[in-house]
Amino acid sequence: MRLLLAIALTHIAGRGRQTIVSILGVALGVGFSIAMAALMVGSQRDFTETLIDAVPHVRITDETRTTPRQPASEAFAAVAYSGLRPVPDPRGILNPTRVLAGLRSWVDGSMVATLQVEAVVRFAGIDMGVALMGVEPLDELRVSTIAGDMTTGRFEDLIGAGFAVIIGERLAERLGAGINDLLTITVAGGNARQFKVTGLFRTGSVQQDERVVYTTLKRAQVLANRPEAINEIRIRLADIDSAPLVAARAEAMLGIKSVSWQESSEDLLNAFEIRNVIMFTVVGAILLVAGFGIFNIVSIITHEKARDIAILKSIGFPPADIRGIFLFEGLVMGGSGALLGCLLGFGLTEVLGSIAFEFRRNTELTHLPVVYEAAHYVMASALAMLAAGIAGYLPARSAARLNPVDIIRGAT
Amino acid sequence: MSPAAPLVEARGVTRVLAGAVPVTLVADIDLAIGRGELTAITGPSGSGKSSLLYLLGLLDLPTTGEVLIDGRETSAMAENERAEFRLATLGFVFQFHFLLPEFSACDNIMIPMRRLGRLDAAARRERAESILASLGLAEHGHKRPDQLSGGQRQRVAVARALANDPPLILADEPTGSLDSQSSEQVFDILKTLVERDGRTVVAVTHDLDLADRMHRRIHLVDGRITEDRPAGGRASPGPTISPAGRRGAGPPADAADQRLP
Ligand SMILES: Nc1ncnc2c1ncn2[C@@H]1O[C@H](COP(=O)(O)OP(=O)(O)OP(=O)(O)O)[C@@H](O)[C@H]1O
Ligand SMILES: [Mg+2]
Repeated sequence: MRLLLAIALTHIAGRGRQTIVSILGVALGVGFSIAMAALMVGSQRDFTETLIDAVPHVRITDETRTTPRQPASEAFAAVAYSGLRPVPDPRGILNPTRVLAGLRSWVDGSMVATLQVEAVVRFAGIDMGVALMGVEPLDELRVSTIAGDMTTGRFEDLIGAGFAVIIGERLAERLGAGINDLLTITVAGGNARQFKVTGLFRTGSVQQDERVVYTTLKRAQVLANRPEAINEIRIRLADIDSAPLVAARAEAMLGIKSVSWQESSEDLLNAFEIRNVIMFTVVGAILLVAGFGIFNIVSIITHEKARDIAILKSIGFPPADIRGIFLFEGLVMGGSGALLGCLLGFGLTEVLGSIAFEFRRNTELTHLPVVYEAAHYVMASALAMLAAGIAGYLPARSAARLNPVDIIRGAT
Repeated sequence: MSPAAPLVEARGVTRVLAGAVPVTLVADIDLAIGRGELTAITGPSGSGKSSLLYLLGLLDLPTTGEVLIDGRETSAMAENERAEFRLATLGFVFQFHFLLPEFSACDNIMIPMRRLGRLDAAARRERAESILASLGLAEHGHKRPDQLSGGQRQRVAVARALANDPPLILADEPTGSLDSQSSEQVFDILKTLVERDGRTVVAVTHDLDLADRMHRRIHLVDGRITEDRPAGGRASPGPTISPAGRRGAGPPADAADQRLP
């Protein structure tokens, strides 16, 4: 075995420059694959974390997945009706105290009951449509990341502040309002009242910063003229992977729509799947190209060294040994390439991870999210070795089949 | 002489290269070579001398007929078995030296030993050096083939053929590319291998003087044996003066040569 390796090494050494080129080919393939995987997986993880932080793990709303059946459908087997007045749906989660107590008994996590109503905010003659969120401030803090998004004031300031609201900075800019200003908020079918701005937040999402207005649950209920009503429960779970189960159980229990974060971000998660498929295709293609480099050089060597093959065969080396020599050559190149590629991949990941971006003023620098995972290195190296093995084996097989007599006749 | 237990035997060996126009390399070869014989194969260029040697050396397989070594039929052997057999039993010397260019003379000689695996590293080196010394190459073991002269290379090739101490040496024009002095040297080595070590040597040669100084001479024409007769070299270490007119195809007049003491 060591003899075969020694012979293989002299062949490689005799083709130094090409060998280095093909080793570099493998190294680049492995290195870029690793760096790419580090970035892909890193950004995916970073994104999911931000996403999971930003959305409730389970959101229970007062909607149903199908339109409610009208009493008329129960009574008559008709296909269509006309002139029928549907029974008005009072909306809202009925009996919120009991529902919350029921959920709290088995859900491992925090939850916040919300009354969310469409409202119009008026300040200095400007009207803006907003979603008024009535929440228990302390519960809200346990479920969402709003505390970290506050730019002026604290979220807890809502407690005991009377008719107070916390609004997004963008909304404040649009209205031209600032802290301590009085806004007039009107709810359709309810009353109009003046609310004082006690805090500002900025989440980075335009949708939220421009449209969401927080107040206490009580004030929202008063304003909407719907005492005791809530229409949304948001849950933050200790174990995010249990979200689909919790949602399913809550839906079965309450008969209203409960959506897990996985369901609400399905499109995004699918996009990640597709991204991963693309990544593996590209990685595979890179390594395939690297494999061709090895195939090329080993083929050249088998042609160049045809006489050596004939010599070894005439001495009494069996075909398996000849195959072994050229397979070794492929594997040595693949192995050194993989090793070099791991170093390169690590270096590239380091460099990528140190690149800083400044998205907004007055915020800390954001770095490209990268991960260091042994599995990436092992997998890229294994793939490179596989490619190198195949690339070495194919010419090795034809070299082993050479008839020494043909070569000797040709040479003399 | 009648070989009681021939080391190499060919029975009705014919080798035809398949193709649009089949080429017959050798035909109907019946041949038995005994132990301790120094046999020359002669014949005009293209007469099939090399082809016959490859067949006897199991590098090539007969189309019909059978090659026996030590009484064993070789056609039924698997390829690996044949390779193993070549490794331990046969030493091949080619017209062109055919050494591995990247390895030193000593390493070249040790390659068959390493493959056979009977000796450990120290014993291999010792044996390689003693073979080199016996061929007058004691100082050249560390040199690569391209640092040696043609005659030295050819002797290294002989040394490599001897590496695993095979009973049978097959040499294809071992002196073909050498000057007369180097040829003489290589010929003497071959002769010593037979007469001192009791090996069997079959050598293809163009040099009829050399052929006549061997024990036996087999003449090929168009792939067939036209002549198989004792030559003048048996057990006579001194130079044998060849009578004039030896180059003719007819049987030689000195049939008594082989019976010299
Ligand atoms: N691959 C081949 N295709 C066709 N004919 C071939 C092939 N190889 C050898 N021959 C023919 O076979 C015959 C025998 O060749 P071989 O090499 O055995 O001759 P030789 O006696 O060794 O000649 P030389 O003394 O020149 O070495 C020659 O006529 C040669 O032309
Ligand atoms: Mg020849």
